[in-house]
Amino acid sequence: MDAITLQILNGLDKGSAYALIALGLTLIFGTLGVVNFAHGALFMIGAFCAVTLNRLLTLSHQVVDETRTDFLGNPLKVDVPYMHDLFGEVTGAAIIDWSVPLAILFSIPVMIAVGVIMERGLIKHFYRRPHADQILVTFGLAIVLQEIIKQIFGANPIPTPAPDAFTGSFDFGVLLGFDPNAIIYPYWRLVYFAFAALIIGGVFAFLQFTTFGMVVRAGMADRETVGLLGINIDRRFTIMFGLAAAVAGLAGVMYAPINSPNYHMGMDFLVLSFVVVVVGGMGSLPGAVAAGFLLGILESFASMNEIKQILPGIDQIIIYLVAIIILLTRPRGLMGRKGVMED
Amino acid sequence: MFGLGKKDFTLFLIVAVLALFAPFILNPFPTDSGLAQFNAGYPDLMQRFVIFGILAIGFNILFGLTGYLSFGHAAFLGVGSYAAVWMFKLLSMNVIPAILLSMIVAGLFAVVIGYVSLRRSGIYFSILTLAFAQMSYNLAYSVLTPITNGETGLQITLDDPRVLGVSATADGGIPVTNLFGMEMRSFETLVLGPWEFQFSVGYYLAAIIMLISFYVAIRIFRSPFGMMLRAIKSNQNRLYYTGLNARPYTLAAFVISGMYAGLAGGLLACMDPLAGAERMQWTASGEVVLMTILGGAGTLIGPVLGAGFIKYFENIFSKINDQVVHGWVSFLPDGLEDLVVALIHPFVGKGWHLTLGLLFMLIVIFLPGGLVEGGQRIARRLRRKPAKDDAKSASTTPAE
Repeated sequence: MDAITLQILNGLDKGSAYALIALGLTLIFGTLGVVNFAHGALFMIGAFCAVTLNRLLTLSHQVVDETRTDFLGNPLKVDVPYMHDLFGEVTGAAIIDWSVPLAILFSIPVMIAVGVIMERGLIKHFYRRPHADQILVTFGLAIVLQEIIKQIFGANPIPTPAPDAFTGSFDFGVLLGFDPNAIIYPYWRLVYFAFAALIIGGVFAFLQFTTFGMVVRAGMADRETVGLLGINIDRRFTIMFGLAAAVAGLAGVMYAPINSPNYHMGMDFLVLSFVVVVVGGMGSLPGAVAAGFLLGILESFASMNEIKQILPGIDQIIIYLVAIIILLTRPRGLMGRKGVMED
Repeated sequence: MFGLGKKDFTLFLIVAVLALFAPFILNPFPTDSGLAQFNAGYPDLMQRFVIFGILAIGFNILFGLTGYLSFGHAAFLGVGSYAAVWMFKLLSMNVIPAILLSMIVAGLFAVVIGYVSLRRSGIYFSILTLAFAQMSYNLAYSVLTPITNGETGLQITLDDPRVLGVSATADGGIPVTNLFGMEMRSFETLVLGPWEFQFSVGYYLAAIIMLISFYVAIRIFRSPFGMMLRAIKSNQNRLYYTGLNARPYTLAAFVISGMYAGLAGGLLACMDPLAGAERMQWTASGEVVLMTILGGAGTLIGPVLGAGFIKYFENIFSKINDQVVHGWVSFLPDGLEDLVVALIHPFVGKGWHLTLGLLFMLIVIFLPGGLVEGGQRIARRLRRKPAKDDAKSASTTPAE
C-alpha cells in the first residue's frame, strides 16, 4: 500500500508539468485552432526566466576583506552581491535564496509578452493555412528559440536551487498513518503539485466565472457567431495565447529546481505533452489535465522495479503505448468532443 | 522512353547526368585556392547527398503525394541501418543482402506502424507517428540493447560469425563492406592540373540506387495508383462517398515510403557500418520533413534538391568558424569587422541549427512550395515581361 502511495506521489510532479503544458496547448488549440509545436520552447523559456533572475540577483562586485587573508597572506577578495548592498546582508541573502519563487512574478509579464508577440507576429498569419503548415512553422520556431537559448546559456544544464526552506524531504507516510520512513518525499515536489493545482484551478475559474472567460468559451464553441455579435474575439484569443504561454512558462519556472534547465528540456516535454493532449481529447481542457496526471502516475508506476521485472523497458514506452491504445479504441481521446479536429 | 513521358524523361536524364558527373560538378574550385572549402565533391558528402535524397524521395510519396505528414520517418531509417549492420555481422560484408534486408525489415515495420497510425489522419496521424518513432528510439536505448547495443551503437567486430564471408581479414583486421569484392570506401583519384577529382565506389553505388529510386518514384507519380494518392490528398471524404476505400492505398504509400527510408538507412550502414539510436530521434524526422518542404513537397525533383541543399549547407556552415569569417570581412575597419563577426558568429559553426530553424520558418512562411516554386516564380516573371500583350487575351478565357 505504501509503495502504491509513493508511486502516486512520484507521478504527481511530472504529471503536474504534463498537465500544465497540455492545458496551455489545449487552450491555444481550442481557441485559435493552431497546433503549437513551440509550446515546449515556452516551457523552457520559463525555466530560463528562473535562471536569468537567479543570475541577476547574484550579480556581485569584489570587496577586499581585511579581516581574512588568502594562502599568500594578501587580504582576501570576496564577491558581494549587489543585493546585500541594497537590502542589507540578511534580507539580501533571503532574496537570493528565494529567487525561484520570485521568478514567478518576473516570468509572468515576460511570458505574456513572448506569447502575444508570437501570436501577433507569426501565428496570426497561419490561421488560414493548412495544419501541416502550422505544425511546420511552429516546429521551426521551436528550433530557433531553443538554439537562441543555447547560444546565450550554453548547452549544459544550469542548477537552479529551490529556497533552503524547501530543499529537504519529509516523512509524508507518517501523515497518512504508514510506518516512518516508508514514504519520503521532497518538499519542493509537493510545492510544485500545489502550485500546479492552483494554476489549473485559476485558469478554470477564470474561464468559468468571469465575463472574459465566458466570451472566450463562447468563441471556442462558435467563433463566427461571437464575432457577429460585435465582440472582438481575435483580441481576446490573442490574450488567451499570452495566458497559455504564461501557464507553460510558470510550469517551467517551478520545474527548474526539480530538473536543472537545459536548452532541450522543452522538446523532451513537448512530445509527451502532445501525447497527453491526444489522450485527453483534442480541445478538452479537463481532458488535458486528467490525462496529464494519469500519464504521469502511470509512468511512475511503470518505473517500479517489480513491474520492470515482468515487463522490461515498460517505463520507457508506457505513455506511448497508452496513447496508441486510447487512439485506437476511443479515437477522440478520453474527453474529446465531437466535431473538434475530426480530420 | 522507359515508360516515361518526354518531360519526365528529360528530368530523369538531367538528374542522372548530375548524379553521375557530381564529382566534377561539385568540385568547381581548384584544391589550392581559398574557395576549395566550398567544394562538395568528396565521397563522404556526396554519398550523404544521394542517400538523404532517397530518404526525401520516399518521404515525398507519403507527404507530398498523399498528404500525410509523418513525424516519425527517421524510425525507418534507423531500423534499416540496424538490419543492414546485422546482415554484415551474420552473413557477409557484401552490401546486396544488407540492402535487401534493410528494405524488407523497414517495410514490415511500416506495415505494423502504418496499420495503426493510418486509422487517423491530419495531426492525429502526425502525433501517432511521432509517438511510434519516440517509442522505437526509447526501446532501442533500453530493452532492445541486445539487438541495438544501446548507446554505443551497433558495430561490426572481429568475432562476428559472417557465415558466407570471413570473420577477419588475412592480416587480422575487420573486413570492409564491399560489392562482390569492390570495397565501398575505395576510390580513384583523377588529377587535372590544379583540380583533383575523386570517384568512389560507394558513391556510385548509392547514386545508381538513387537513380533507380527516382525512376520508381516518377513511375508512381504518373501511375493510376499515384492519381489515387493525389485524390486522397485533395479530398478523402469524397473518395469514401464514391465507394472507394482509401486505407489500402494510404497503407501502400506508407509502406513504400518506409521502404525508401529503410533503403536509405541500409545504404548509410553500407558506407559506414555502424548504426545508432540517434538516427531515429525525432529531430532526424524533422530534418526529413524540412528537406522535402525546402525542395518542394509534391514535386518530383524537389526532395532531391532539398536534401542536397541542406546537407551541403550543413557541411559548409559547420566548417566556418570565426577565423574564416574574419578572413572574409578583413577589408572592413577593425571595429566594424569585429561587429560583423559577432553578428555572424551565432549562425555559423556550431550555430548551424539556428540557421536551419530560421531557414525552415522563412521557407514555410514565404515559399510554401519550396525551391521548385521559387524557381517557377522567377521563371514566370522572366517570361511575362516580354509577353505583356498576351495578358489581355488570356484574361478573357472563361474560368473552367
